[in-house]
Amino acid sequence: MTSTSNLPPGPAPLIDIEGLRVSFPAEGGPVEVIHNLDLTLRAGETLALVGESGSGKSVTSLAITRLIDYAGGSLTGGTIAFTDKTGHTRDLTRLSQEAMRGIRGPEIAMIFQEPMTSLNPVLRVGAQIAEAIMLHQGMDEAAATAEAARLLGRVRIADPARQLRRYPFELSGGMRQRVMIALALSCRPRLLIADEPTTALDVTVQAQVLRLLRTLQQETGMGMIFITHDMGVVAEIADRVAVMRLGRKVEEGDVESIFANPRHPYTQALLAAVPRLGALAGEPLPRAFDIAGVVSQPQNTVRHDVGPVLAVESLVTRFPVRRNFRLRARIHAVEQVSLSVQPGETLALVGESGCGKSTTGRSIIRLEQPEGGRIHLDGADITHLTGTTEARLHRDVQFVFQDPFASLNPRLTVGFSIAEPMLTHNIARGAEAERRVQALLREVGLTPEHAQRYPHEMSGGQRQRVCIARALASSPKVIIADEAVAALDVSIRAQVVNLLMELQSRLGLAMLFISHDMAVVERVSHRVAVMYLGQIVEIGPRQAVFNFPAHAYTKKLLAAVPIPDPTQRHRVMELDESEVPSPLRALSDPPIVAPLIKVGPHHFVARHSVGGSY
Amino acid sequence: MSATLPEPAVATTIRTPIGEFWRRFRRQRVALIAGLIILLIILAAVFAPFVAPFEPATPDYDNILEGSSALHWLGTDAYGRDVLSRIIWGGRVSLMVGFLSVALGAGVGVAIGLISGFFGGWVDGVLMRLMDVLLAFPGIILAIGVVALLGPGIDNVIYAIAVFSVPVFSRLVRGSTLALKQTLYVQAARSIGVKAPLLMLRHILPGAMPGVIVYASLRLGTSILTAASLSFIGLGARPPSAEWGAMLSDGRSYLGVADHLTIFPGLAIFVIVLAFNLFGDGLRDALDQKLR
Repeated sequence: MTSTSNLPPGPAPLIDIEGLRVSFPAEGGPVEVIHNLDLTLRAGETLALVGESGSGKSVTSLAITRLIDYAGGSLTGGTIAFTDKTGHTRDLTRLSQEAMRGIRGPEIAMIFQEPMTSLNPVLRVGAQIAEAIMLHQGMDEAAATAEAARLLGRVRIADPARQLRRYPFELSGGMRQRVMIALALSCRPRLLIADEPTTALDVTVQAQVLRLLRTLQQETGMGMIFITHDMGVVAEIADRVAVMRLGRKVEEGDVESIFANPRHPYTQALLAAVPRLGALAGEPLPRAFDIAGVVSQPQNTVRHDVGPVLAVESLVTRFPVRRNFRLRARIHAVEQVSLSVQPGETLALVGESGCGKSTTGRSIIRLEQPEGGRIHLDGADITHLTGTTEARLHRDVQFVFQDPFASLNPRLTVGFSIAEPMLTHNIARGAEAERRVQALLREVGLTPEHAQRYPHEMSGGQRQRVCIARALASSPKVIIADEAVAALDVSIRAQVVNLLMELQSRLGLAMLFISHDMAVVERVSHRVAVMYLGQIVEIGPRQAVFNFPAHAYTKKLLAAVPIPDPTQRHRVMELDESEVPSPLRALSDPPIVAPLIKVGPHHFVARHSVGGSY
Repeated sequence: MSATLPEPAVATTIRTPIGEFWRRFRRQRVALIAGLIILLIILAAVFAPFVAPFEPATPDYDNILEGSSALHWLGTDAYGRDVLSRIIWGGRVSLMVGFLSVALGAGVGVAIGLISGFFGGWVDGVLMRLMDVLLAFPGIILAIGVVALLGPGIDNVIYAIAVFSVPVFSRLVRGSTLALKQTLYVQAARSIGVKAPLLMLRHILPGAMPGVIVYASLRLGTSILTAASLSFIGLGARPPSAEWGAMLSDGRSYLGVADHLTIFPGLAIFVIVLAFNLFGDGLRDALDQKLR
């Protein structure tokens, strides 16, 4: 079994894939989705499989574990030589599913993107780990439970004995993913396939999980195939990188040379599209991504000669937690948030999941009902909605959601979806509305023919362009973009970010850009507000906040962002293992809102500790 | 746009929801055949004056209680009326009762379900408790009660059956409405400022319709059966109008003497109820999948 890939000489490979072909049945005959793929991995090594959606990276992992048989696909060619614990080398493409059951788990383990759906919601996590141990290692229940506790300790879960008795829904996302890792490691696999294991996690949790995986790999010497679309994560964890596109491997090499010297144009384009935190450290204004050799210029779009177009004062949104019809506690999603946006300005609202940044945006457009505070639109008080102020709010403030597919009605053509705001607000009807839809489609980089399509006939990037076109249809003054580019592939993300910035400079839009992605935020925003537990803990000009973060949480957030440069991997990470505390509080225990103190020009920070219940 | 990184091509053929539905429904042999049978019965009922060999109500005292013959394919009844012709004409009554009662029941039920699910709160509470009361009665008892209240007759049978279709449709639609209300595209429409009536009719109702269509086709069978049962116990169609349940009831007196008087109307009821059920199953399988 010699590999054709450019593997340096060394011990025999753990897994050696040659000429792999995978097909799925389709109406016009089977469609090949993986074409002649070669991959090799040795024990103790991490191979990152990188590519955008549809590149075939997940299908490859399903083919290795032969779970592809259950997904409807079939292996139509090639060999997968796998060397197991006893030193036998077998071709996994020829094994029966019966034999594969002995491979999956003890030899090859997998962890997935969604730790919630991968765990059985009605079983305690301890029982689930113990079950796997009993099944594959023949231990009795008491020994298996003890082993499960040991494994949870190994994935750095504090107080494992107590955590074993909890159900998956009682754990946070990061904890669940650690349970999944413990479950995967329970049988001491030789190969771990991790399919986007940190994509659904917050950056600080992602950093913890990545570091954990690296440590565990050093301890056990297992091989790891790490599937991801995030070049920053690749730089953190991989030894070697295979770049995939449309079912083909376009480039493979060790991580340093791929990053320093990408040879294939696709890899070059992919790396160019990756936002790098710190790229604009010396530039106070936002600047679009450089795409296809076009060097962008800083954009100065903010108008200071008029008052703020949107001003929010002491906004409070709480969700009651009731039990037996009695109010028991409250989730303090948004607590005394004040912010304002000038015309042409982008204010980024950053923070991790559960910090209240989305609820703030949703409260402004009344998808949630705020409990207190005032909202001014263009100087007019729209806190109390009447017929006219409501119409004005929905016309002048538009929202772009994270998931473009889910936010478009699947039964309406995209043309109608774009026209709907005009029809609703009586801006245009009939042929006039049609003409405007066509103009809007051109404006967002689509063609008028797209108006006839249904959402499922478009790609993710096109759908988000449609959503942006819809948001522009009523000629709004403010756009609230809630993680609007988070679900898109890197190259598409760069294009959509550039589109938003171009529209801002052309139309003078104010933007509230809600995001967890610090690198994208650095590109687009004039000012940044950092939210933590429903409060703004730091707000100021982007350059000041990013270069001189004053609040401990801002520092932690910035430190956790993976840097797409493998040479910086071993930088000291001052991360604590603590979880973000819950915004759920008893009625008698309202949160203390610390006043914001000025630390620089327009730069304010809240004075309180982080991590505890202040 | 970037020249180096074009977005991967998506399927170029435009696939409409109806086209997709037909593509999936075509594969269901049994449902297709059931649909064909339903179509035949509907055509026969619509063109009854041309299809039926005899007048359904004209007695012929020379040929009483005759079995199958070349002249009377399914025999004659106690008045010498042609059974085949009466079944064909009776199809008009049964189908009309079925379609009208389901349409009425579904219409009211869908409206109640939409309003209940969309507004929630006390509106939902009041409407759903009302539906619970209706659901608590066994269907046929409820129908008997309504007919007893309104008096016998085919139009009252339609109301009676519609009444007991309302709660099931409203429950069904309320469930879909609750789920659809939470979808991002309904929230998106809300954020644009779309008003409640349009939100319900344009964004929520179309999503709930597949379930309603499937259930309506299943319900048609049940309703025809209930109508026949009401006629059988003398609360529905009045003589001499031909109705399958009434024919069964008439034929009951001649069991053992002229079995064809009960077998053939019974068969007609059996075939159409079965056909509607199989058709509904096929519809469900074809419509249930997500629009993808």
